Order: sequence, then structure tokens, then C-alpha cells
Amino acid sequence: MKGRTLIFKNQPRIFATATVAGPKEGAGPVGKHIDTIVEDDYFGEKTFEKAERKMMEGAIRQVMQNAKYTESEVGAIIAGDLLNQIISSSYACRSFNIPFLGIYNACSTMSEAFIIGGMLVDGGYCESALCATGSHFSSAERQYRYPLELGNTRPPQSQWTVTGAGAAILAMQGKGPKLVAATLGRVVDYGITDTNNMGAAMAPAAADTLCEHFLNSYFSPKDYDLVITGDLGAFGSRLFKDLMWEKGFDISERHVDCGEMIYNIAEDEFQGGSGAGCSAVVFNGYFYKKLCKKEYKRIILIATGALLSSVSSQQGETIPSIAHAVVFES
Amino acid sequence: MQSNENINFNKNYIDYVSSIAPKTKEARSLFRAFWVGGTICCIGQFIRFAFENWLGLAGDELAAYVSVVLIFLGGLLTGLGVYDRIGKFAGGGSIVPITGFANSVVSPAMEFKSEGIIYGTASKMFIIAGPIIVFGVASSVLVGLSYYIYFLVA
Amino acid sequence: MEIFLMFLKAFAVGGAICTVAQLLINYTKITSGKILVTFLLAGVFLQAVGLYQYIVDFAGAGATVPISGFGYLLAKGAIEGAKESLFGAITGGITAASAGITAAITFGYLFAVIFKVRSKKN
Repeated sequence: MKGRTLIFKNQPRIFATATVAGPKEGAGPVGKHIDTIVEDDYFGEKTFEKAERKMMEGAIRQVMQNAKYTESEVGAIIAGDLLNQIISSSYACRSFNIPFLGIYNACSTMSEAFIIGGMLVDGGYCESALCATGSHFSSAERQYRYPLELGNTRPPQSQWTVTGAGAAILAMQGKGPKLVAATLGRVVDYGITDTNNMGAAMAPAAADTLCEHFLNSYFSPKDYDLVITGDLGAFGSRLFKDLMWEKGFDISERHVDCGEMIYNIAEDEFQGGSGAGCSAVVFNGYFYKKLCKKEYKRIILIATGALLSSVSSQQGETIPSIAHAVVFES
Repeated sequence: MQSNENINFNKNYIDYVSSIAPKTKEARSLFRAFWVGGTICCIGQFIRFAFENWLGLAGDELAAYVSVVLIFLGGLLTGLGVYDRIGKFAGGGSIVPITGFANSVVSPAMEFKSEGIIYGTASKMFIIAGPIIVFGVASSVLVGLSYYIYFLVA
Repeated sequence: MEIFLMFLKAFAVGGAICTVAQLLINYTKITSGKILVTFLLAGVFLQAVGLYQYIVDFAGAGATVPISGFGYLLAKGAIEGAKESLFGAITGGITAASAGITAAITFGYLFAVIFKVRSKKN
């Protein structure tokens, strides 16, 4: 380990992944890489919270099926989501006889789960670790913003919370992408207060983590086929590239953002997707398959999270953000 | 340094963000607000005209009937999932009319039905419209008392 | 012709009030609840100084349908009550607005029980 960057000596692999998403995500450019697309946002449940829970449960079940694992073969589930007290993950794990570690880093939960899962497997404490996260547009909207049927306008800098869940199993077997390194994020707050402008709040955190990674790892931007951010959106991505350029790293040619690519570009969609499910669905669906086909040699995933709550924003607090980076090699 | 002071706070960054932040399409949003708001008021005028001529209502009673009908329509369109679409299109044009008040009552009431019809619907009904009732009633009492004192003195 | 003019006035004045609200939204990023409160208080104030009545006489529903018309109703009721008694001064406002508030609560509850929230497509 150097600075905040850690190297996985045994290089655990992603053995299997599974993704579940809603109709809007299914219609987007990455739709055909998603395992299960649900046509009804309610998922046959009575409330959106129950739907989100069922989606998480579905992703966890699916990934164990894809890996042909029984419950006893999974060492631990590391999962989190956006709802208060991470109820979606906790309730989803109620149906499994597997140890559960609940985590929360807002939308960067996926890479945080990869880091913790990677440590468990790399250190030999578990045979395998299941990393999962998800989010639901309607439950997030209700918790963080306004009722769905309220007739207000969305400002142009706003993003759309992804309805979706993704899960992955890390293990010392298979031919999947290897987890080789990670850089832990720290909480960065440049003083953005606009809760609709998450991209601007999170871009400094992503830039901070990526710079730290480049300084610690002797890698430069050209060593990566892709620099993938979680959910900065179109505007946040621009700010992120500007911040990196300012610090002397030109990543503009190889940067992609999961939030920017998940939806079809349409008028009034604004900046793209956000939410914990965003990077979970796009990475575990699209990028995992590309890595398995060896289309990319080395990529870095920087999932970003805005660590606010509806209480903190009502009290006029700024938005602290975090970003964790994980490096995969095919 | 105070403990609650933000060490990373970066004024340059905030200025930069606000200088390149995407802007609302000014002229288009104003035009939409104008014609949708105007149309809703015309519907109100039509109801007023109809009640006045066909039911023979007048004065405060007429005004009350018109608001009740508009609140009904606003609530119904919210329930049918139409009003949020109008709101997305028109912004201020559908927020300010009394139908928008109905929308801000019905939408949280529907949303929180999942927590039950007493502690969900009934208590969360005014999370957005509550301030309107509070400030409306409080300011009317203020106006009433001021006028009462004025009438006493004058 | 007179009827047409009546609708035109309602359209123009109502539309203008909504455009002011949209200007506020564009320039101050104000939320819809605060917009409603601002316009309501503007209506109360304008009637308290005796101006809103002129707008109502001119534009009819164009001035009463926006939420500022609700404020006008409250202030008008309070002033009329104040002419009667102290009791009237306190209760006059909400008495005048009682139809609207009752309708909002009753229909609000009714529709909330009948309808179910749909997820948004965009």
C-alpha cells in the first residue's frame, strides 16, 4: 500500500455478475447488456421501497445462479443502497443465510463494496464475496426531493436516479477480470449547495481520488483503456475533466461516465443518470462483458457519491462527496 | 480555525461551476408559463361565466364555486398522473393557479399512502401546502387586526 | 365581443402572473412551495392596501384563479370582518377562504385514496 492506494497481491477475479433494471434503463444504450429488465417499476409490489428491495434480492439471487453457487459458498454479502438505514440491502439479505456487511457511501457504494470484498477474498478470509447495490428512482425521489406527482420543473443541471441493481461475486477462480488495485477516497467538499447539481459536487472528489491514484501507482492516464466515473452526468464529467487537466492529467480521450451513457439522449433528460444503481448496472452489465471479451486491457472505475441527506440540505449544509477507485485488468 | 469551517471550501470552483452551468431556456419557459397559466385562468373564467348565467350565482358564492371546481379538476388531474406532466412543461404556469395548490395537496397525500391512510395520507398531506395555510391564515389575522384597530381609531 | 374581451383579459392577466412566477423560478431556483407562499402573501398585501380589488374587477378569473387570488380572498374577508367586531377580524379571513380549504382537504383525501402513484417515464 502506498498512500491511499492498495495493491491486491492475489488479484481476486469477478467470477459472475447480475443486473436488474427498470424499463427506462432497459430502453437505453446499455439495455441489451442488462440481465433482467422489469417492465413495471413496482415490480409487482405495493410500494417502491418494496420494489427496490425485491430488485436487490433478484440481483443477488441471479448472481449466485450465474456463478452456480449455493448460499454456503458465499463468504459474505457486502451491500448498501440509498434509502435511510440501508433498508433495501438489509431486507434483501433477510432471505439469505449468508453473513451481511451493510455499507453506505451513497452512489460510490459499488466500488466501496468491491474494495471491501476484494480485501476479504485477497486476504484469504473468505472464499468469495458478493458485492451488491441498487437504487430506485421513485423511492429516492421521495426521500430526497418531492412527491412524484408534484407538478414542478426539473432544473437543467439535474440528474435522473437509476432504477436498477447490480451484483458481482469476487472469488479466486474463473477467467473474469482481475481486481488489481484500489484507491480509497476521502471526503471532499468544495462548497456546492445546490442539491440538483450533484455532478458539480462530486467532480472534485473524483478528481482528488484519481490524482492520488496516478501519483501513487506510477500509472499515467495512457496506461488505462478507460477511466470510468460513476454518475457525474454530462455537466459533472466536463468539470471532472477540467479539474484533472488543471492538475496535469489529460483524460479527455479515455473518460466515460456511467450516468452519461445509461439513457438515450433526449430533450429534457438533462445530465443523465445518477444513484447507486447507475454504476452497478453499467459496470456489472456492459463493462464486465467487455472485460471478459478482453476488449479492454486495464480500466479504472471511480464511483462517486454525494454524502448528503434531506436533513443536511434543509439545514443549508454543503454537499460533501466521496469517490473510490478500483482497477480491473482482463 | 473553527471546527465547523470547511477546509476544502473552494470559491474559485463554485464561481467556475456557476459560470458554465447549463441554463434554463429563458424565452421558451416564460412563453410556456404564460400561455398555460393564461389558459387555466380562462377555464376559470368560463366556469365563472357558466355558473353566473346558468345557475344565477353571484359574488363570493360564485367565486367559491369556481375555486372548488378548479381544485377538484387539479386534484383529479394529479390523481390521473397528468398534472406532473403539465407542470414539467409549464413550470410557473401550472404552479401558481389554484389547481397547482390542489396538486401540492394531492401529490404528497398519494405519495405517502404507502405509510397508511392516517399517518401517511392524512398527516403528510400538507408537507408542501402547509405553509400556504399557515401564512395565509396568519397574515389574514394580521390584516384583520390592523384594520380593526384602524377602524377603532378612525 | 364583450365576452371575448372578458376571456382575453383573464388570459392576459393570469398569464402575466404566471410569467412573473416563472421569472422567479429561473433566476432564484426557488421551490414550488415557496412560489405559492410568495404569491399568496403578495395577494394578501395588495388587498390589504386596497389594490388587488382593481385587478379582480378588471381581469375576473385572471386575478382570482392564481394563488394570489386566494390571498386576496383572505385579506378581503378579514377586512370585512374587522368592520363587524374583533371576532370578525380574526375569523373573517379563513371564513372567506373556507370553501377552498375544505375542497382541497376533502378532494385531496378522496383522490389520494382512489389513485395510486405512477412512476415517471421521463
